Amino acid sequence: MEFFTDFFVGPIMEMVKAPEFLAEVAIAGLMSGVMYSLVGLGFVLIFKASGIFNFAQGVMVLFAALNFVGLMDSGVHPIIAFVATLVIMTLLAIAIEKLVLRHLVNQSQLILFMSTIGIAFFLEGFGELIWGGNVRPLHVGIPDDVIFIANGSILIQEADLFAGVTAAFLVTVLALGFRYTAVGRALRAVADDHQAALSVGIPLNHIWIIVWAVAGFVALVAGIMWGTKLGVQFSISIVALKALPVLILGGFTSIPGAIIGGLIIGMGEKIAEVYWGALFGGAIEEWFAYIVALIFLLFRPQGLFGDKIIDRV
Amino acid sequence: MLYREAGDFKTSYAKDQALIPIRQDRVMLYICIAIALALPFVANDYFLGSIAIPVLIMVIAAIGLNLLLGFCGQISLGSGAFMAAGAYMAYKCATAFPWIPMPVSIILAGIATALIGLAFGLPAVRIKGFYLAVATLAAQFFLLWLFTHVPWFVNYTMSGVPTPPPATVLGVYVTGADAPNWAKYLFVLAFCAGLTWIAYNLVRSRIGRTWMAIRDMDIAAELIGIRPLWTKLTAFAISSFYCGIAGALWSFCFINTVEPTAFDINRSFQILFMVIIGGLGSILGSYFGAIFITLFPILLNSAPAWFGLEIPGNIITNLEFMIFGAMIVFFLIAEPNGLARLWQLGKEKLRLWPFPH
Repeated sequence: MEFFTDFFVGPIMEMVKAPEFLAEVAIAGLMSGVMYSLVGLGFVLIFKASGIFNFAQGVMVLFAALNFVGLMDSGVHPIIAFVATLVIMTLLAIAIEKLVLRHLVNQSQLILFMSTIGIAFFLEGFGELIWGGNVRPLHVGIPDDVIFIANGSILIQEADLFAGVTAAFLVTVLALGFRYTAVGRALRAVADDHQAALSVGIPLNHIWIIVWAVAGFVALVAGIMWGTKLGVQFSISIVALKALPVLILGGFTSIPGAIIGGLIIGMGEKIAEVYWGALFGGAIEEWFAYIVALIFLLFRPQGLFGDKIIDRV
Repeated sequence: MLYREAGDFKTSYAKDQALIPIRQDRVMLYICIAIALALPFVANDYFLGSIAIPVLIMVIAAIGLNLLLGFCGQISLGSGAFMAAGAYMAYKCATAFPWIPMPVSIILAGIATALIGLAFGLPAVRIKGFYLAVATLAAQFFLLWLFTHVPWFVNYTMSGVPTPPPATVLGVYVTGADAPNWAKYLFVLAFCAGLTWIAYNLVRSRIGRTWMAIRDMDIAAELIGIRPLWTKLTAFAISSFYCGIAGALWSFCFINTVEPTAFDINRSFQILFMVIIGGLGSILGSYFGAIFITLFPILLNSAPAWFGLEIPGNIITNLEFMIFGAMIVFFLIAEPNGLARLWQLGKEKLRLWPFPH
C-alpha cells in the first residue's frame, strides 16, 4: 500500500507543490527530446524512401560530429568545417548506395537491416580510427549561458533553446523542401510506391543517394547539438538508439510522428527520472523509453501518427 | 575419391532417417568428438580456460540466435540480456536450492529465461516488421538495469557482483574458484554437445519446418495451417532458452562472477555477427561463427607482433570494428549462408575430386 502512495500520490503532490520546478524539468526534457527527434527524423526519411530500417543512423550522428569536431580542431573555420562534413556525408551516402544497397536490391528487409548494422560498426571503427576515441569538447559559438523566465523562477539553458530553434527551423525547411521542390516531390512519390515512381521515370538510385545524404545532413545537425551538450564521444551512438522507441511511439512512416514522439519521450523520461526514479533505485532513464514503446506495441502498434495498416499475425 | 556417398546403401528406415546419413561424415563426427574428449589431456591450461571454454559457450548462444534469426527469420538484439538473465537465474536457483544438482539448476535457469523472453517477445511478434528488434533492445536495457538495481537478484551481496557457488558433478568441482579447467571444459562440452544434438533434431522436425515456412513466406505458411504467432513465439522462447544456458555457463564456468558488464549490448552484437558470418540457418555455421569471432580479435592482437610491428590497442579495437562491419556487409552481399556455405562448397569439390568433370 505504501508503494502505491509513493507511486501515485507522492510525485503528483510534489509536482503540484512546485510547478516551476516541474516546468523546468519538462523543458530540459523537451530539449533532449529534440535530439531524439532529430535522430528519429533521419530514420523516418530513409525508411519512407527506401523501406530500409537504418540502424546506422545513430552512428552517422557520431561520425558526422567526429568529422566536424576533428576538422575544427585542426584549425578549420566552423562554416568551412560544416560544408566539408556535408560533403563527406554526401560521399558516404554515395558509397553506401554503390557498395552496399545496390547489391542488396530485392533482398528481404531483414538482410538490409543487418547490413546497416554492419555499416554502423564499420563507420564507428572508421571514425574513431581517424579522429581518435577521446571525448572532444565542441564549441561552435552556441551560447551556453542560462536565462530565467517567469520572474526568475524557471531556469533554461541557452544552448537548449538554440537547439530547439534550430531543430524547428530544420524541420520547416525539410517540410517545405518536400512540399515544393521537384526532388521533394520525387521523394514523396518514391515513399508512396516504388514501382509507380519508377514507372513515371524517377531514378530510384539517385533518390536513395539524396535521401541518405539528407539523413547525413540531419545527423550532422544532431551531432553538433549533441556534441555541444555532452562532448563528441562514443556514447552518442548508444543514446541515439533511443530513437527506435521514439519511432514506435510516433509511427515509422510519419515525420511529425518522429518529432512529437521524440519530444514526448524526452520529456517523459526526464520527468519519470526526477519524480519516480528514486522509487525504483535511479537511472530509469536508461530503459523508460523502451518500456513505453513496449506498452505502445500492446495497445497501439501503429504509433501515434503511423499508417493505420498494421499487419497483425 | 575418399568422400563419396556411392556404395553407402540405406537398408532400413532408421538408417534413412539418420541425423548424419553419409558414412564419411559420421566418421568425421566421431573424430571430432574424440579430439574434443582428448583435448583436456593434451592442451595446456590457457587454451582450455581462455579459448576452448568461451568458444563452446558462445557456440550455444550462437545456435540459440541462429534458431531465431536463421530458421525463423526474426531478429533479436538482446541476446546479451538473455544471457544475463540466465546467469542471474542460475545464481538465484543455485543459492536458493543448493540441493538441486548444478546441471538441473542451469537448465531451470534456461527455462526461466525462456519465460522472460516470452514476456518481452509477446507484444512484438504479434505484428510483422522490426518490432522484435526494438522489444529485445528494451529487454537489453531493462534487464541489465534490473539486475544491477534490485539487490534481491544478487542475494543482497554488498559488492553487487557475487561469485557463483561451487558445485560438484560426480565428485569433481565444475563451478567455483576451485574447479579445474578440464572439469569445467567437459561440463561445458556436455551442454554444448547435447544442445547441438537437440537443435539439429529440432530444425528437421515439425517445429523446425514451421519456423522455416514462416521465414520463407509467412502468408503461404498461414495458408497451409501454420499458426504464425505460436511459431514465432516458440522460436523466440527456445532461442532465449539457449541464450540463458549460455549465460549461466559463462558466469559459472568462465568468468566466475555474476556481473552485468559481461552481457552488455556489445555481447548481443557479437552473437549476431557469429550467426551472420557463420551462416544464417546452419547449426554447423554457428560453430564456425563462434570460433571465428572469438579467435579473430586474439589473432589481430598478436599478429602485428609477429612482423615486429607495434600497433596501439585502441587502433586494433577500431580496426576490429571496421573489419567486422565490412565482413558483415560482404557476407550478406556475397554469401548470406556464410562460412557454412563455404564448407559445403568445399565438400562438393571433394566429392568430385580428383576428376572434376
